[in-house]
Amino acid sequence: MENKAYERVKMARDNGRPTGLDYIRHIFEDFIELHGDRRFGDDPAIVGGIARLSGTPVTVVAIEKGHTAKERSWRNFGAPHPEGYRKALRLMKQAEKFGRAVICFVDTSGAYCGVGAEERGQGQAIAECLTEMSALCVPVISILIGEGGSGGALALAVADRVWMLQNAVYSVISPEGCASILWKDASRAELAAESLRLTAEDARSLGVTEKVLSEKDIGKKEFYDRIRNLLTEEIAALSADLDLVGKRYDRFRRFGGDAVAKEKA
Amino acid sequence: MALINFLKPKNQLEPGGRTRAPVQEDDGEPAQKCPNCRKEIPVSRLWANDLVCPCGHHFRMKARARVSMIADKGSFQEMDAGLRADNPLGFPGYAEKAETARVASGEEEAVVCGTARIEGQPCCLFVMEPGFMMGSMGTAVGEKITRLFEYAARQRLPVVGFTVSGGARMQEGLLSLMQMAKTSAAVRRHSDTGLLYVAVLTDPTTGGVTASFAMEADVVLAEPGAVVGFAGARVIEQTTRKSLPAGFQKAEFVMEHGFIDSIVPRAGQKQMLSQLLALHNGGSRYGK
Repeated sequence: MENKAYERVKMARDNGRPTGLDYIRHIFEDFIELHGDRRFGDDPAIVGGIARLSGTPVTVVAIEKGHTAKERSWRNFGAPHPEGYRKALRLMKQAEKFGRAVICFVDTSGAYCGVGAEERGQGQAIAECLTEMSALCVPVISILIGEGGSGGALALAVADRVWMLQNAVYSVISPEGCASILWKDASRAELAAESLRLTAEDARSLGVTEKVLSEKDIGKKEFYDRIRNLLTEEIAALSADLDLVGKRYDRFRRFGGDAVAKEKA
Repeated sequence: MALINFLKPKNQLEPGGRTRAPVQEDDGEPAQKCPNCRKEIPVSRLWANDLVCPCGHHFRMKARARVSMIADKGSFQEMDAGLRADNPLGFPGYAEKAETARVASGEEEAVVCGTARIEGQPCCLFVMEPGFMMGSMGTAVGEKITRLFEYAARQRLPVVGFTVSGGARMQEGLLSLMQMAKTSAAVRRHSDTGLLYVAVLTDPTTGGVTASFAMEADVVLAEPGAVVGFAGARVIEQTTRKSLPAGFQKAEFVMEHGFIDSIVPRAGQKQMLSQLLALHNGGSRYGK
C-alpha cells in the first residue's frame, strides 16, 4: 500500500471500478428505482430507490458514472445536477417518513459545473442536502466508492458513518484544480494530491471517516458479501441508538478542534 | 487584492467607512477607478457613500467597515476574536499565506462575529472579510460561524450574516469541507428553534459557502451586481465550452432564477434588516 496520493486519484477514477449501480445490484434485493425530483426533472447521474438489505427495507441512493462510453455520457460522468440532489433528498425524506435507514454510495468528481446547474441553484441544492441530512431521524451510512469530489460528494455524506474504499479519494478540490489555482500549474497535481491528504488512510486519520474498506476481491461476490455484512451489522447497531441526530451533530461539530486549541494556547 | 489594500483604513484605530468626511476635489486627492462607469472617484467620496460609486457600483467592503455601517454605534460586541487558522495539514505555503492575509486585512481570520443591535434590535452578526484569502472558509471560519449560531440559539437571538467568499479553503483540505456540514447543522439547529436567519450575499459569494450557510437563510438578500454562484464562471466556460448568458451569476440573474429574495443596495440595508428583525420579533405565535 505504498501508492502515492496521485496514484490513488487515478485508481479512484478508473473506469473499471464498480459503480454505484453495481453495488446496488449485488448488495441489495428487490431494488425498485424511483425517479425524479418532482420539481424539474430526473438526473441520471443519481440513482435512488427502495430495496432490502438482508431482508430489511432501506432507501438507497447512489451516484452513477456508468460503464460504457454511451452510458457514461448519459450519466454525465457522475456529475450531478441540482435535480439529482433534490431527488436524493426527496428519497431520504421519504425514508424518514417510513422509518427506513438510508445508504448512499458516493462517486463523483464533483457537482456539475454548467449553466443550467447554476440557473437551477446547484449551491442551494447542496446546502439543502446538508441541512436536511444533518437532521434526518433515521440511520444514514455513506460509502465513498471512487471519487469524493468536494461539496458534490459531501451532499450525500452527512451521515452517521462514512466509510471509504481503500483506493477511493475524498477531497475539498481536485488536485488539478488546486494546483492550477495555487501554483498556476496543473502539472503540479501530484504535489497537490499529497498535500490535500485525500487518501482513504488520510481521511481516516483526520477522523472524517470511520472505516477503510478493503478492496480484496473487488467486484466479486465475496467483496459485496463483506460490505453487505458490514452494512447489516452497522444499521442494526445504529437503529438501536435513540440519539442519532445528536450524535451526528457532534460527529461533524468536532472538526476544527485545532482552531480552538490555538485560541486557548 | 490591490483594491482592498487601497481602500483599507489607514490604521487599526480607524473605524473605517463611516467617517463622513467632506468631499474634497483637491488635485492631489487619491481616486479610485470604478470598474463599472470607468470614472475616477475620489476615495473620500467613496467612503462617505459606503463605498458605492455614484453610478451604483458596490465596491468590496472590509468586515469592520460593514459592522460599523450596519450595527448601532457602540453596540457591537465581538466574539471569538482570537480564533485563527492553524495549518492542520501542514499544507505548503499556507502559514505564510495566512500571515500575509492577517497583515493585509488587519483581521485574524476571514470572518468577524459578535452580537449587535440594528436600530435597537438585538441580533447575532457575522461579516466575512474579503481581504483575508477572499473570505475562504477553513476550520476557524467554520468554528466561529458555528459558535455564533449555537450562541444565538441559546440566547434566542436572530442571526444576520454578510457573506463574501471564494469557497472552502483548500489549504485545510477535508477539514474545510467538513465545515460546510458543521455550519449547516448549526444553522439547522438554530432554525429548528424558530429563530430568524437573514443572509446578505455580497460580491463574490461562491463555492462551499454558497453551498452551505449562504443559501440556508430564511431570507436571502444580496447586494446589486454581486457574483453569486457555486462553480466559477471561468471553470464553467472551460467545462462546457459555451459562452455564458448575459449577467450570468450576477445577483439579479440569480434572483430571476428564484434563489434570492431581494436585492438591497447598501444604503437601504440597515433599514431592511431592522424591518425584517421587527417583523420576526416575538417569535412564532403558533406552536414551537
